Amino acid sequence: MLDFGIVFPSVLNGLTTGAVYALIALGLTLIYGVLHIINFAHGAALMVALYAVYLLKAHLGLDPYLALPLLVPGMFALGYALQGVVINRASHGKDENILLVTLGLAIVLENLALMFFKSDTRTIETAYTLTTVQIPSPFGAGPAFIALPKLVAFAGALVASAVLLGVVYRTDLGRAIRAVAKEKQGARLVGIDVDHVYAMSFGIGLACVGAAACFLLPAYYVNPQVGSGFVLVAFTIVVLGGMGSFSGALLGGLLVGVVESLCGLLLGDSLGQIGIFAIFIAVLLLRPQGLFGARA
Amino acid sequence: MNNMKRDVFQIAAFTAAVMALTAMLSSSVWLTFIMLALYGALLAQAWNILGGYGGQFSFGHALFFGVGAYAQVIAQVTHGINAWVALALSIAAAALVGLGTGALTFRYGLKGSYFALVTLAFAEVFRIGAVSVGFTGGGVGMMLPLSESVANLQFGSRKGYIALMLAFVAAAALVTAWLRHSRFGAGLMAVRDNEDAASAVGVDPQRAKRGAITLSAAFMGAAGAFYVQVFQYIDPAIAFGPHVSVEALVAAIVGGMGTLWGPVLGAVALHTLADLTRNLFGQLPGLNMVIYGGVLVLIVMFMPRGLAGLLTTMQPARTPPGRASSPSDAAPARGAESDRG
Repeated sequence: MLDFGIVFPSVLNGLTTGAVYALIALGLTLIYGVLHIINFAHGAALMVALYAVYLLKAHLGLDPYLALPLLVPGMFALGYALQGVVINRASHGKDENILLVTLGLAIVLENLALMFFKSDTRTIETAYTLTTVQIPSPFGAGPAFIALPKLVAFAGALVASAVLLGVVYRTDLGRAIRAVAKEKQGARLVGIDVDHVYAMSFGIGLACVGAAACFLLPAYYVNPQVGSGFVLVAFTIVVLGGMGSFSGALLGGLLVGVVESLCGLLLGDSLGQIGIFAIFIAVLLLRPQGLFGARA
Repeated sequence: MNNMKRDVFQIAAFTAAVMALTAMLSSSVWLTFIMLALYGALLAQAWNILGGYGGQFSFGHALFFGVGAYAQVIAQVTHGINAWVALALSIAAAALVGLGTGALTFRYGLKGSYFALVTLAFAEVFRIGAVSVGFTGGGVGMMLPLSESVANLQFGSRKGYIALMLAFVAAAALVTAWLRHSRFGAGLMAVRDNEDAASAVGVDPQRAKRGAITLSAAFMGAAGAFYVQVFQYIDPAIAFGPHVSVEALVAAIVGGMGTLWGPVLGAVALHTLADLTRNLFGQLPGLNMVIYGGVLVLIVMFMPRGLAGLLTTMQPARTPPGRASSPSDAAPARGAESDRG
């Protein structure tokens, strides 16, 4: 049987990754909850944000964490513009069209990156890249060593998620977003600008991705395909947590991070993601309303 | 069955025209173009059977393509089976995987975005599986040894491959024509347009969709087997990666979903566009896909009925369903319905 001393660091690593997954999934679930579309371009947007963080560091020497104030509004603007200019016009009142348009956007963004940056995998070097933190283990096993950037990512992703939930549940904008998500016609009747709320939701969804990119890159890498790995993971979390449920996305993110980490430990790295897809297919087939969701 | 006759006549004329064109050409550039355009057309036709007539948008059709491709190479290389027999086996294997996927996903009522996602996930599972298990050769992929002879399904000239591909494209068109004019197809289209209403009048939605995905997968499997015969190499990324799925669905949507000639039209248009840009800008990695994605966005934004929709709107008289102007016209209501994108 596996030694607890091996499993414990693996679970911790999974939790740190899972927090970032959760942040990305929160953006996706917000967009789904309000617009009732699956944003296929979510992974590609993450890839764009990761390249932005990379370029800021490589050319201007800007620390990834200090890039947050640039990335969050930048990605928000990109999301607002994409929804307002492209996606809204393409829908023609049919959800399938939105699905196809976001797929098209994802293909364009990924392959533009391939054209400009080739398929090289890039990483950044920071002073703290290799710093590790010792975490004492319960039950007397040896302590676990976790990379500092991963701990920062964990904390940062949780703070960002809290901020997002604060916006959704404590502000007028959040009330408008929840109103549109529940009943579009009713929201329009009481004077809410539905198109504006759509674009705001898409913008906030991508702002989450921008924040996630800043937390992710110091301990991760970027290449043109990096988004597609995350996109299915984020979908899995959203489906697992119940489409449109915020607390579900948070818990689902942490859970998926741990499952991936443990599958990687047990089955080898290349098969780590199989565990995620197995969960994904099983949940879609057996419990499409999600583990925590109530409505079908 | 007048409409069926008209469709069959069009298919025969198309086949004869491509055969005549191929016989006249000798430039390998043009022959390669025709071959790849036909290959693209088959992918799009396969996707159109499920997506256009069944209304189920698959984002992971590479799943069936990859199964066909791997079956073709494994049967020949590992088991020494004749290439033509292997072709039949590949089609059967892909159809079986299609039936299995369909039985599972439709049984649990997945549609719309959920169906798109689960097909994508299935393709990913197969891709990771193909990297990890032994009999697929892992990430390195598998090679089909070169040995040109008709018995080996390896032709010295492009013309042989064109003939084979043309036969498949014609077969897919015939199946599409059958869908347009048969009871099964009418049920399938009814499920696409309104599943509850369809089951209320006695159509079994699951049976209709299962049938459509099986047919669709069979043609994807044929395309996969063809790919292996022409390029003599397959690896998990080519077989199950997103490229083939995207090519199939973009060509079908650009040409016009739920039409007989839309997928062929879309594939020819996309291949022309891709070739032109390649000549203008040279071979840049990713350029092809940028065009495919960009065209997909523009078509959905501005021409949601595709190229074929453009052609039909240019025809002056489109009788709205239920208000037929001439009673002699066989079935105007259903004809208009099946032309819908």
